[in-house]
Amino acid sequence: MTPSVLAGLVGATLVGLGLYGLILHPHPLRKLLAFNLMGSGVFLVFGIVARRGAAAGFRFDPVPQAMVITGIVVAFAASALAVALILRLSEESSRVTLDPEAWTKPDSGDAK
Amino acid sequence: MTAELGTATPGGYLLVLAILLPLAGIILSFTPGGRNAERAALCSTPFGFALACAIAFHVGQGGKPIVYAIGGLPPPLGIALRADGISAVMLIAAAAIVTAAAFYARTKFATPDGIRESRSALTFWILLQAIWAALIIIFVGGDLFNLYVALEILTFAAVPLVCIDGRAETLAAALRYLLFALFGSISYLLGVALFYGAHGTLDISLLAQRVQATPVVWTAAALMTAGLLAKTALFPVHLWLPPAHANAPAAASAVLSGLVVKGSFFLTLRLWFYVLPALPTDKIAAVLGWLGSAAVIMGSIVALRQARLKLLIAYSTVAQIGYLFLVFPLAAGAHAWSAIGWSAGLMQVLAHAFAKAAMFFSAGLLAEALGHDQIARLGGAARALPLTFLSIALGGLSLIGLPPSGGFSAKWLMLQASIASGQWLWSLPILAGSLLAAGYVYRILAPALSDGEVSLELRPKRSHEMIALALTAIAIALGFAPQTFFDFLEIGHPVAAGPP
Repeated sequence: MTPSVLAGLVGATLVGLGLYGLILHPHPLRKLLAFNLMGSGVFLVFGIVARRGAAAGFRFDPVPQAMVITGIVVAFAASALAVALILRLSEESSRVTLDPEAWTKPDSGDAK
Repeated sequence: MTAELGTATPGGYLLVLAILLPLAGIILSFTPGGRNAERAALCSTPFGFALACAIAFHVGQGGKPIVYAIGGLPPPLGIALRADGISAVMLIAAAAIVTAAAFYARTKFATPDGIRESRSALTFWILLQAIWAALIIIFVGGDLFNLYVALEILTFAAVPLVCIDGRAETLAAALRYLLFALFGSISYLLGVALFYGAHGTLDISLLAQRVQATPVVWTAAALMTAGLLAKTALFPVHLWLPPAHANAPAAASAVLSGLVVKGSFFLTLRLWFYVLPALPTDKIAAVLGWLGSAAVIMGSIVALRQARLKLLIAYSTVAQIGYLFLVFPLAAGAHAWSAIGWSAGLMQVLAHAFAKAAMFFSAGLLAEALGHDQIARLGGAARALPLTFLSIALGGLSLIGLPPSGGFSAKWLMLQASIASGQWLWSLPILAGSLLAAGYVYRILAPALSDGEVSLELRPKRSHEMIALALTAIAIALGFAPQTFFDFLEIGHPVAAGPP
């Protein structure tokens, strides 16, 4: 097994584990961590994709690396936004839950 | 055909201006802050509308897409911006609805007197312009990774708009929206990585020449589609949409429901009709069609059972999004009926965008005037607010698909395409959806037109009612679109260029 194949498989495993966590864990913070795990898997796949450049005489193809940097920035911004929302939610109410049933009161028709 | 796609054409600079205008507005809003954010948004949106019209004029006059290579570097090295028929039309629709939303939101998000800067007002005006900028990049972007970044800007601008009033309920809705969107973005990104790994380019037209029906291309396309569906809120990943759209302020709901979900749908169209037109996509088109049909039926039935007007309209969005996905079985391939299916899909995008924005505007006026939006307590409201209910009724007309309206044209063309292609099964969800839509529009109008006394807390401004009415007028006027309009939508559409 070459290092590229191994890294690719690890990337796929990370994406799979992250997806499992994102779907099954009820708490938003755990979901967010699972999303970051998925992100790491995708960035690893990008790393392997950069190996294609070796065929053209370069050591690495720089384009996927540029994409990974952009991807990391985006994922970081997304995580920051999600954490901010989770913190505000825990300030505003005692429970941090995504369950929509928790927010529907029988007389919640007053529009704000 | 393809050699000139990478090189700049006359009028290409307009695409750069179209992107720079809202971004300049955002920077101007941030730096001086305060009331200047509102001024920047109100000044830039009408200009953007004029710019979108100029782009459409150039595309129509040349009869081919206009292209701009950023930095003078043509793809695959650089990134190209392209505007074809559907981009030009979507640019105009986006500019029109964002302009309407900006003028509608002027009173609710005005900075109060005596304060230099209010947080919710500043946030609203910046996010509104950010959504608009992201949509423009999505409509003219020619590179799949560039489009990923635009999709993320769209999400990050749309999510905080949902929870701008800071109630726990809206924060939970925004968080759900964000988590669904994050799954969507990472799945899309993995697809992009696989495309680049397999073919070494992400430029849409170059990729279209290189793709073959290999497992890696199918996997990449499946991942990207799954991600885009989560962001478009197609059944069964629609769960985030109703609470998010129903809890946002009315001006934001209109933009979210009318435009933001169309952004990711537009990318799904780009993927299957522009990147992968050469592949045999019948089975996948059928799967998307079935999901769309399920969305039409489920969304409409759940809409029928809602007690609150804004939630009803939000579930109606779920149903109307379902119609959009019928374009895949009806327009795939290079058949005689494909052009009809294609026109139908785009007409549905436009008609729903205008009708739904107008309905959310009206629902917002209604909720402010009555202090609630319980459908059961609307008795006699139509007598007190005739213009508001006229907009709701005319918007509903287009959602049901009664002639003459854009919704009618869209559904009629879809029926034509399904009969002409022999796939008559698709006509069942189209007709059933219309029947159910008639049911939920009746549920709003029947109590409102009945006898009863309502006490108005606040009389809505005439100008706000006129904004909603103007948008419904556009939704109705789309029903009279001439053949030249449908020919315009075909500009740059690869399938139509192929042999019949």
